[in-house]
Amino acid sequence: MCNTNRSRRKFIKGAAATLAAPAILNITRAYAANPTIKIGHVSPKTGQLAGFAEADDFVLEGIQQIFSAGIQNNGKIWDIEIISKDSQSNPNRAAEVASDLLLGDEVDIIVAASTPDTVNPVADQAEINDVPCITTDCPWQPFFFGRGGVPGKGFNSTYHFFWGLEDIIASFLDMWDGSGVLKSVGGLFPNDADGNAWGDKEVGLPTPLAEAGYYLTDPGRYQPLSDDFSNQIAAFKENRVEIVTGNMIPPDFATFWAQAAQQNFNPKIVTIGKALLFPSVIESLGERGNGLTSEVWWSPNHPFSSSITGQSSKELADGYTSATGRPWTQPIGFKHALFEVVADVVARAEDLEDPESIIAAIASTDTDTIVGPINWARGPINNVTKTPLVGGQWQKANDRMELEIVANGPAPEIATTSELKLLG
Amino acid sequence: MDWVNAIIQGTLLGGLYALFAAGLSLIFGVMRLVNIAHGDLIVFSAYVCLTITTSLGIHPLVALVLVVPIMAAIGYGLQRGLLNKTLGTDILPPLLITFGLSVIIQNTLLQVYTADPQKLSAGDLEIASIKVGSLAVGMLPLLTFAIAVAVIASLQYMFYKTALGRALRAVSDNQEIAQLMGLDKRHIFGIAMALALAVTAVAGVLLGIRTSFDPSVGGGRLIFGFEAVIIGGLGNIWGTLAGGVILGVAQTIGAKIDPGWQILAGHIAFLVVLAVRPNGLFPRMSA
Repeated sequence: MCNTNRSRRKFIKGAAATLAAPAILNITRAYAANPTIKIGHVSPKTGQLAGFAEADDFVLEGIQQIFSAGIQNNGKIWDIEIISKDSQSNPNRAAEVASDLLLGDEVDIIVAASTPDTVNPVADQAEINDVPCITTDCPWQPFFFGRGGVPGKGFNSTYHFFWGLEDIIASFLDMWDGSGVLKSVGGLFPNDADGNAWGDKEVGLPTPLAEAGYYLTDPGRYQPLSDDFSNQIAAFKENRVEIVTGNMIPPDFATFWAQAAQQNFNPKIVTIGKALLFPSVIESLGERGNGLTSEVWWSPNHPFSSSITGQSSKELADGYTSATGRPWTQPIGFKHALFEVVADVVARAEDLEDPESIIAAIASTDTDTIVGPINWARGPINNVTKTPLVGGQWQKANDRMELEIVANGPAPEIATTSELKLLG
Repeated sequence: MDWVNAIIQGTLLGGLYALFAAGLSLIFGVMRLVNIAHGDLIVFSAYVCLTITTSLGIHPLVALVLVVPIMAAIGYGLQRGLLNKTLGTDILPPLLITFGLSVIIQNTLLQVYTADPQKLSAGDLEIASIKVGSLAVGMLPLLTFAIAVAVIASLQYMFYKTALGRALRAVSDNQEIAQLMGLDKRHIFGIAMALALAVTAVAGVLLGIRTSFDPSVGGGRLIFGFEAVIIGGLGNIWGTLAGGVILGVAQTIGAKIDPGWQILAGHIAFLVVLAVRPNGLFPRMSA
């Protein structure tokens, strides 16, 4: 019974294949010589993180044009197929689509970007399935420690490039040090993964700030989407806070910033992570957006260029603006760099049929991308490598807010474009 | 003095919550409909206002003259075209429909307006404040509270002093007998939803001036509205103001102790009321 069953199946399979063969061959004849490597891509196209992925279509279009000619590996041209899926800004959904890509589409390499909520679940799925995975656009501590990484051991198939909390602290301190304002800092840290890390006594801001001679007023973790910050403002006023810092989402910052004005609290420097990244947020704040400061991971003024298109940072950013009519955003560079690394790995891997060989190629990456040099041998910890970070200020010029680089102590190769101006 | 400030700020915040809640309370009172999409409709109103202010270049509060009737019309259409078909003895179908509506509104807004955080720019009103002793009271929160009181007072008047209010109450009390008396409940329900969305429009515009919004923030606002309704008592319009104020003050007092307690304190106040008086503080009907 079992035997006949199997042979029947074999027959059906064989017959189907024979019948289908002409159809498939017909379509793929022109490319029949080229094998295909599949790249899975997960990003938050919709939901609250959608701002991070707004440039996806533009970046992918450019990449696909370059990739349409294929990539040469060991003298053979490989076609590249990119399959993009939306995480809907939801970590569970991100894990689900990653698993679809890995098990359904059987991608050879998976890439993901934008915050721990996207990066971590995708990397976890890739690690379980031993599929090579490259991620970016999320500080490395949540990527490494958030996934239970053990220093010295790290992960098998998942690699990450971005900066870390220590870089953000260094660039903030660099920005404040030359300003001459009172060293009294107010901290606004939400009760989420980022806020808890920033406010953490060990890895966060408190210790380095104290070492640098700053007094930190930290009223405690607030819940995201709070409607009232009057208590924090009262505490800051009492301690004569002149610098406000933290990691906030845009609605919380807008609530805080309007209330601060109502309560006559006028700090000299306001440096907030996350909330002040995007030009659209600054636009929405109107005149009150002028002079706010933030971290800068990538800008059109970064002295790097793409390894696959040869475009400079400025050309890539201008390309986005002319294609969409929207101002450039920082994730553009990193999304582009993600595929630069993929192209480099695909070109170098000894055997593209073997995941282990691709992983080895990722680990030995040494390439100059549009966000800076990427080399996992030089990382702070296993599976992680860092890109430079500087401090920037939104300054009004010709009726438009521009993110100017005002402090570059930790990464002097990136030139400053303006000087820090105090608020008020 | 800090405590006084916390209570004042909380009370004023309560005005905004009361506006979130009034629309919910109204439609639940009249047709026992739990509107899950309420939070998204608040955000939707803010976007309608944004479109009007940017295209006509007028102040968001002036734009209310247009936003309120637009939302009221949408409310009437929504009720007659969709929600009336789901109302019956079973409370579940309308719940599911509004849940679906919430998803549709969020994603449509995302398609049309992108995920960019937006804000309604009200100029100096956003940062103006008046000094009361050593305290500074923001003009905008004060105005929000005043508008909330005015809206609730007029809803109350409409409910108990006008023919329309009588019709609404009649349909709420007994749909079949109200029909026998010549009231068309489909029309009355449409009016109720129109009124609810008119209030929502006011809430949305004030929220949009107070903070920035994007298509995904509606759900987070819904819970405060629900809590204010429950604390105040089902079906009691003034109760929603009391509920909003209790919620707001609980939040700011909680935050005074520790900012981590802000939202939690509001939820605790809600749970305490629910445990002690399951029908709310000033119920007009039983759940």
